[in-house]
Amino acid sequence: MAARVLVGVKRVIDYAVKIRVKPDNTGVVTDGVKHSMNPFCEIAVEEAVRLKEKKLVKEVVAVSCGPQQVQETIRTALAMGADRGIHVEVSGKDYDSLGPLQVSKILAALAKKEEASLIILGKQAIDDDCNQTGQMTAALLDWPQGTFASEVAVEGDKLKVIREVDGGLETIKINLPAVVTADLRLNTPRYATLPNIMKAKKKKITNVKPGDLGVDLTSRLEVLRVDEPPQRQAGVKVETVEDLVGKLKEAGRI
Amino acid sequence: MLLRKVSQTPALCVAVLRLPQSTPVAQRQVGAAAARSVRLYASQAAEAVIEKPAVGSDAATTADKVEKKAASVESKSFAVNMFKGQISTSQVFPFPSVLNEEKLELLRELLEPCSKFFEEVNDPGKNDTLEMVEEHTMQGLKELGAFGLQVPVDLGGLGLTNTQYARLVELVGLHDLGVGITLGAHQSIGFKGILLYGNKQQKEKYLPKLATGETVAAFCLTEPSSGSDAASIRSIAVPSPCGKYYTLNGSKIWISNGGLAEIFTVFARTPMKDEKTGEVKDKITAFIVERSFGGVTNGPPEKKMGIKASNTAEVFFENVRVPAECVLGEVGEGFKVAMNILNNGRFGMAAALSGTMKGAIAKAVDHAANRTQFGSKIHSFGVIQEKIARMAMYQYVTECMAYMVSGNMDSGATDFQIEAAISKIFASEAAWKVTDECIQIMGGMGFMKDAGVERVLRDLRIFRIFEGTNDILRLFVSLNGFQNAGNQLKSLQKALKNPLGNAGLLATEITKRAKRKAGMSTGLTLQGTVHPELAQSGELSVKAIEQFGEVIEELLLKHGKRIIDEQFVLERVANCAIDLYAMIVVLSRASRSLSQGHSSAQHEKMLCETWCTEAYDRITQNIKFLLLSSVYSAWPVW
Repeated sequence: MAARVLVGVKRVIDYAVKIRVKPDNTGVVTDGVKHSMNPFCEIAVEEAVRLKEKKLVKEVVAVSCGPQQVQETIRTALAMGADRGIHVEVSGKDYDSLGPLQVSKILAALAKKEEASLIILGKQAIDDDCNQTGQMTAALLDWPQGTFASEVAVEGDKLKVIREVDGGLETIKINLPAVVTADLRLNTPRYATLPNIMKAKKKKITNVKPGDLGVDLTSRLEVLRVDEPPQRQAGVKVETVEDLVGKLKEAGRI
Repeated sequence: MLLRKVSQTPALCVAVLRLPQSTPVAQRQVGAAAARSVRLYASQAAEAVIEKPAVGSDAATTADKVEKKAASVESKSFAVNMFKGQISTSQVFPFPSVLNEEKLELLRELLEPCSKFFEEVNDPGKNDTLEMVEEHTMQGLKELGAFGLQVPVDLGGLGLTNTQYARLVELVGLHDLGVGITLGAHQSIGFKGILLYGNKQQKEKYLPKLATGETVAAFCLTEPSSGSDAASIRSIAVPSPCGKYYTLNGSKIWISNGGLAEIFTVFARTPMKDEKTGEVKDKITAFIVERSFGGVTNGPPEKKMGIKASNTAEVFFENVRVPAECVLGEVGEGFKVAMNILNNGRFGMAAALSGTMKGAIAKAVDHAANRTQFGSKIHSFGVIQEKIARMAMYQYVTECMAYMVSGNMDSGATDFQIEAAISKIFASEAAWKVTDECIQIMGGMGFMKDAGVERVLRDLRIFRIFEGTNDILRLFVSLNGFQNAGNQLKSLQKALKNPLGNAGLLATEITKRAKRKAGMSTGLTLQGTVHPELAQSGELSVKAIEQFGEVIEELLLKHGKRIIDEQFVLERVANCAIDLYAMIVVLSRASRSLSQGHSSAQHEKMLCETWCTEAYDRITQNIKFLLLSSVYSAWPVW
C-alpha cells in the first residue's frame, strides 16, 4: 500500500496553439502564448487522485520544475485533488536547457526526500516528445517501471500494469516502489471545478532549489538550431495503377 | 448687487427662474407627485427601488427607508445628477477597478475550467435542437459550481463579487445564452431574493442546496393578465386564522426553470388590515415556496423562438400551504422585493450580452478576412468596414456599462437603478443589431443553422422583452430622473419663499440659467477628470449634459406631474439619457486605459471619440424635438 505518490506535472504550450519558431531559430515563441498542463500529466494526476479516492494511497504530491509561472500548473493539479505541491525553482538559462536527465535527477532526489513509494508521470511532454523522464527516474532510483500504462491496479504490495505497446497490450506485475508513466487511455481527467479551485488556494506549495537536492543541472545537450517543418509539397495525381507503379520506380522508391 | 435685486424683486427671480407663482402645478410638489401615482409600474418601481434596504441586510427597516429617502436627495449617481444638469463624477471617474490582485488571480483561475467546459462539453446547437440543456451538461455545470456563484462561501457557494460574476457571465453569454438564462433564472433572480432579503434561518436552510444545484430556483411574478403591470397580479395568499401559514392560489406563466425548479420565489397579494383605519387592503408579499409543500404543478415546456434550451413553463399553485416562516422580507413589501431583485440582477444581462457580441464580432471578422469576392477579401470594402466598426463600438459601450455598474455595486453604491436600467436597454438592443449585422456580413452562410449565428439572433430577441421590457424601462429611466430633478426644483421653490436667507443659492441659480439662456457654459467641466487626449469628447459630453438639464427643467415646468402621461416625451428623454450615460462610460474607460498605457488605449480612444461625436448629434437632435414640443408656457401670472 503506497503511502505517498509523487506526480510530475509540466507546464507546456497549450495543445491548441499554433507554434511559431523564433526569428533567430533558437527555439519557439513562448512569450504571451497560452500555456497549460501537459495532457499526459493531467492523466497522471487524475490516476493519482483516483488511487487516493480508492484509499489506496494516502497523499498525492504534485511537483513541477521551472520559473514562477509553473505554480499555475501546480494549482491546477491541486484543484484536481492533489494534496500539496512542490515547486522546484529553475529559471533562465537553466530552464531553457532543462531536459529529462535533469528532471529525473530532481524527481529521484525528491522521491527519496519525501519517502514516496510511487511516482506517476505522463509518458511524454507534448513540447519535446522525449519520452525519457519516467524511464530515467526509475533507473536512477533503481525502481521497476511500468511505462505507457493504460491500466494500473494495486495488488497487495505489487502493481499490475497493462502497457500499450506496438504489438498490442502487455500486462506486467512490478514491485513497489515503482515509476509509472501514463498513456492516453489510462483515464479521462476530471475538470477542475470552481469550488475545488477555491479550496486549492488553501493547499500548500513549498519552494525548493535544485541545489538543496544536490542536483547538478548542467546539460549535456546543446541546441544548435530550430526550424519549422518543411512546407508540404504538392502531390501528383495519376490515372491508373500502372502510372503509379511507373512513377514510384522513377523516384527510386521501388 | 444681485442680492439686493433678489430681496427687492422676488418677482424678478421668479421670472428668471421661471417658476410659476400661483399655478398649482409647481406648488403641488412637482416631481414627487410623479412617484405617488399608483397606476404606473414605472413610477412605483422607481419609488420601490429608492426605498430599498441595503443589499445583504436581513430586512428593510423603517429607519433605513427614511435614511435612503434622505440619501436619494443627495445622490451621487451620475444619471440622477445629469437630469439636474449637474455632473457627479464620484461613481464614474475613474473607471472602477474593484478587483485587488488576489481577486483578479482567482478570477483568472476560474475562467480556465469554465472556458474549457463550454468549449468541450456544452453543445449549444444540440441544446437548441433538443429544446433542453443536455443532461450531462447540466450535471457538469452543477459539479463545476456554476449554480452558486454568488452564494457566500460558508454556505457552499463561491462568494463572488458582482464584477467577478459579471466576467463569468460574460463567458457564458459568449457560448450559450440558453444555458445563460437557465443559470440566470436560478441565481440572478430565482433565489436572489433569499440573498437580499432572507433572514438567517432562510439562508441556512435553502442556500446550500441551491448553491450545488441540488435544488433549482425560479422567479414567479408574471401572470396571464399581469406582465409589465406587475402590481396588478391576482395570485393570492390568505393568512390562516392561527397565523402559522398562508394558503396560496394562483397561476404564473412564462416562468424560466418552471419545470425544473424545487424552490420558487412567488409574489402574491395578501390581505392586510390597516392598523389605523381598520380597512383591509391587498398588498403584495414575496414568499419562498417549495414544490414539496404540495399543490405546486407546472405545465409542459413552452415552444419558443429562442433560448429553447431554457425551460419555460406555467406554474400553478393550488391551495398551497406556505408556512409563515417562508415570507421573504416584510409582509406587504413584495413589490419592492421584486423590483430590487430585478434591479440587482440587471448588470448580469449587460455582461452576458457583451460576451455574446464578442462572439458575433469574432465570427463576422473571421468571415470577412477570409472571404474573397470581386478579387479582394471583403474586409477591404468600406461597407463591411463600417459594419464591423459599429459592431465594435456597440460592444465596447456595453462592456463599459456592464463593468461600470458592477464596479459601482461592488464599491457599495446603492443608487444605481437608472444606470442598471440603461445598461439593460442598451445591451439588449445593441446585441440584436450586432448579431443581425454579423449575419449580414456572413451572407448566406450566416443564415445557415450550422454557422451558429441564427440561433444567437433568435436567442437574443427575448432580451428586449423580459426582466422589464425596454419600453417600460425607458419610462422608468425618465420618470426616475424627473422625480429627482423635480425634488431639486421643489427645494428651489422653498428657497424662493425666503430669498434673503437663500440669497447665495438663488444668485447661483439665476446666474446659471441666465448663462444657459445666453448659450454660455455654466462652468461645468470635465477638464482634469477626463484624460487630456479625450478633452474634446469630454467637452461634448459636458455640453450635452447642460442642454439636457435645461430641457428637463423646461419639461417639468411645462407639464408638472402630468409628465407621467407624456410618453412621447418620456421616451425621447430616456434616449438622451442612455446616449449620455454611454458617452460617460466610454470616456471613463478610455481615460483609464490611456492613463495606464494599455496596448489597446489608442484603439479605445478611437472608439470613444467616434461614439461621443455621434451620440452628441443624436442627443442634440432629440433635445431639439423635445424643445419644439415644449413651447414656453411658463411665464408667470402675477
